[in-house]
Amino acid sequence: MDYKLTFKEYSQALKENRLLGLKCRQCTTITVPPRMVCRKCSSPELDIVGLSGQGTIETFTTAFVAAEGREDEAPYTIVMVALDEGPWLMGNLIGIEPEKVGMEIMGRRVKLGHQVFTGDKYSAGEAARPIFSLED
Amino acid sequence: MRKVAVVGVGQTKFSSAQEKTGVELFAEAAMDAINESNLKPGDVQALFVGNVLGDFSEGQGMVQAFITDNIGAFNIPANKYDGACASASMALRDAFMLVASGYYDIVLAGGTERAATMGTPLATRTFAMFSDSRYEYPCGITFPAVFALLAHLYARKYGIPLERLKEQMAAVSVQSYRHGRFNPKAHLHKEVTIDDVLSSFMVSTPIQLHDCCPFSDGAAAVILASEERANRLTDRPVYIVGAGQASSGPLSSQQDYLPRFRAREVSAKQAYDMAGLAPSDIDICELHDCFSIASLIAAEGLGFFDFGTSGQAWQKGQADIGGRLAVNPSGGLKSKGHPIGATGGGQVYEIVRQLRGEVEPERQVDGARIGMTDTLGGDGGTICNIILKRGW
Repeated sequence: MDYKLTFKEYSQALKENRLLGLKCRQCTTITVPPRMVCRKCSSPELDIVGLSGQGTIETFTTAFVAAEGREDEAPYTIVMVALDEGPWLMGNLIGIEPEKVGMEIMGRRVKLGHQVFTGDKYSAGEAARPIFSLED
Repeated sequence: MRKVAVVGVGQTKFSSAQEKTGVELFAEAAMDAINESNLKPGDVQALFVGNVLGDFSEGQGMVQAFITDNIGAFNIPANKYDGACASASMALRDAFMLVASGYYDIVLAGGTERAATMGTPLATRTFAMFSDSRYEYPCGITFPAVFALLAHLYARKYGIPLERLKEQMAAVSVQSYRHGRFNPKAHLHKEVTIDDVLSSFMVSTPIQLHDCCPFSDGAAAVILASEERANRLTDRPVYIVGAGQASSGPLSSQQDYLPRFRAREVSAKQAYDMAGLAPSDIDICELHDCFSIASLIAAEGLGFFDFGTSGQAWQKGQADIGGRLAVNPSGGLKSKGHPIGATGGGQVYEIVRQLRGEVEPERQVDGARIGMTDTLGGDGGTICNIILKRGW
């Protein structure tokens, strides 16, 4: 069975600021990040759909210690966003100083952009990643 | 199923970077376990060993085969396990099942790791390999960052002001350091106060240095035997009466449960059901405190305290020796250390020696009869639980 939406296709679309997900023909649940089957009912009957990229910050952290090769990026803020279509997505938050991000950020509305992680010697190539910014 | 007993245990000191190889470390722990079991290496029928990052830390893969030869258990089948930080517990559970099934009578299981040897930058990079490499690592996720995300979720979900939660988390670290000071095989021997924790270096908000376990080198080994063989080898067998293991996907896929880990609750239920025991029966638990917040989440997922209340329990001493149950009298990952492929073996080593009444008096849980381990790999991707009971 062919994989409906591979990382490569997802990443390519994200580089154009298009967030792709999968909609289940059986239960209409939206799945992203993409997988073989629906995250709720396990049906493999899925259609690729474009998502709004809008959602709400569920949780966050500002990292001061980065992994090997990414030291220059710190500090940076990681967020988990509940997309309006349902699924949670991990991304980075920009437009606010990382040191100043606190509990009050939880519940704030965000919109999607992207940046490309160029990869390191352990990565299988580059990867587009979601970058969120506050809506207001 | 046959009854299965632990008849011997061994553990190296868990430590900062040192120069013994992963094979050498495991061989030391294994020979202690074999000698304590009144066995010879040739009596061992199979080896199950956790080792996750040997290729990164010392350019060594396939340690399991080399270990068999090194310790003189020639040509026996040997399997290596990678369940990130839960690897040794996976190895022990499989060993348990294969002895219980009647396939083997004597098995050696445990793990070895040189996490400290890698140094912090490479260790941080390799530990992040237990998160999703394509959908999460590009965001710069690290292990502290995973539990930092959970800490903020925990504070909001249970309505605990962050400052109060941080004091509760600090109480977890202070207790672990206090126990570890009396454990000669612990990595860190420090006296740390609440203020020390709260003024330590910020790693990933709200997690500070003393909320984090160290990267450690070390190995632990356990000999499992069928009941019949155990009765001939020792008058103090410790029986494995329950075991569980469960999996989950990447962190974002666990959205409906976080900050709880569904895999833990599934695994723990398997172990409790097999043992016919409830959380209230557990006297002592070595649980996976890779970060202080992880202890609170674990203690609740295992059913020891109500959700959102375990921080208060720690502050009141209910998770301490003499409390409702003793959590991490070894010092836990926080103080004893975290050589990831060996960690679950170290937990079983501690529980067995506690049940036998063999540990230092300052941290001995008097009269303990039933102990439990909890080992978490990755972002909850793999979780194992083992319940052990004194056999005399």
